[in-house]
Amino acid sequence: MSLTQQVLKGNRLALSRLLTLVENNSPEGRAALAELFSHTGKAHLIGVTGSPGTGKSSLVNQLVLQYRKMDQKKVAVIAVDPSSPFTGGAVLGDRVRMRDLSGDDGVFIRSMASRGSVGGIAQTTAALAQVFDAAGYEIVIIETVGAGQSEVEIARLAHTTLVVEAPGLGDDIQAIKAGILEIADVLVINKADRPGVEHTERALRSSLELARPVSRVYHHGQAMTVKAHKPPPNTWIPPINKTIATDGSGIAKVIESIAKHMQYLRTSGEWNARERARLRSETEALVRDTLMTQFLEGLPEGAFESALERVFSHSLSPIEAAQFLAQTERPQTPRATKEQP
Amino acid sequence: MSEHMIRVLVAKPGLDGHDRGAKVVARALRDAGMEVIYTGLRQTPEMIAEAALQEDVDVVGLSILSGAHMALAPRIMELLKANGQDQVKVFIGGIIPDEDMPRLKAMGITGIYGPGASTEEIVKEIREAMKS
Repeated sequence: MSLTQQVLKGNRLALSRLLTLVENNSPEGRAALAELFSHTGKAHLIGVTGSPGTGKSSLVNQLVLQYRKMDQKKVAVIAVDPSSPFTGGAVLGDRVRMRDLSGDDGVFIRSMASRGSVGGIAQTTAALAQVFDAAGYEIVIIETVGAGQSEVEIARLAHTTLVVEAPGLGDDIQAIKAGILEIADVLVINKADRPGVEHTERALRSSLELARPVSRVYHHGQAMTVKAHKPPPNTWIPPINKTIATDGSGIAKVIESIAKHMQYLRTSGEWNARERARLRSETEALVRDTLMTQFLEGLPEGAFESALERVFSHSLSPIEAAQFLAQTERPQTPRATKEQP
Repeated sequence: MSEHMIRVLVAKPGLDGHDRGAKVVARALRDAGMEVIYTGLRQTPEMIAEAALQEDVDVVGLSILSGAHMALAPRIMELLKANGQDQVKVFIGGIIPDEDMPRLKAMGITGIYGPGASTEEIVKEIREAMKS
């Protein structure tokens, strides 16, 4: 039986091995992905992102516990931590917070190093999510590296993105900057037993309200009624949920928000729109890779390197180098077969 | 990037709470370019075998300072085998009396390190074990 067949049958060791092949972007992994693709498209991909130390892993731990308690859906977790930019090594420590999940066959946790990607997830995170999807995991939670402001790749991958905040991390100007807060479908203020939680909530709420006019604003502590602009029907306004992930408070509300968001995605057509956008960018990236490989293979021996050398010595700009290479006389057939008549 | 990264599970089975050694080793392996999955304190053999399975690691490093290695190590080896992960190399660090070493080696433990072992040595021996 092939590895993919074993994965579809629910063999956990086969699944784990396939995840490695896919993560390493090996030819076997790519072939398996192609084979499994028709089995994908069923899982709800939930992204969890936020600054380091806001409690993402602990929150994921609680979310999975709750999902497993509610129904028998299988849950996969992909936990991404950063690789060292110097050695390529990594310490992946998210499992430390997820020990409550061990011993449950319906849960599969996989740690992943970012391996040089800077968008908050690794290059093959999406592919790993696809493998879990095909293997029958109906909920796939993807925890990003501790993200600052621009690690927003997760929003392209996940159907529902949770942005986790904690009290004391920034003022209301942080809250209106572009980037991570914009991608939130659900906002979670974790560590809600810490001082300053009201302040954080107010900053987030006012940030949301700047984007979507409300019927009442507070001015010098007085409620003033202003002319309300009704949001167009079927607008998703990110709810703000407060949690204490160490004891599980507020988790049920987060699950409810995720379910509501799912409902919204389905009824508004947004689910299809996101799926299409995601598959489009995935296909485009693969086309780019393929063309790049073909292009390099088609160049005369050493042409790329010699152009690079001229760029290194600043006698040619990268733009000129690319134009020059694109116009280079190319052998009629790829190098591998050029000996043939 | 299709080269294979060495993936190592660093775990502390049993009840002692001294995790400095495990952290020093985790850090050294990271600096040697390996991907280290750190599981934290007080892991049961079942938890360790499960993590090794899910993470598809090449190496399991156990840190045991409690003296319970002759109970914990065989159980972990047994579970790894039962899961079909016979090829995983197991290393132990901690306080291991000399007379226990041959018995641990006999059950298939690849390397054993006591206090004062150098991290370079551990890195080197893991790399060598990966070649075989």
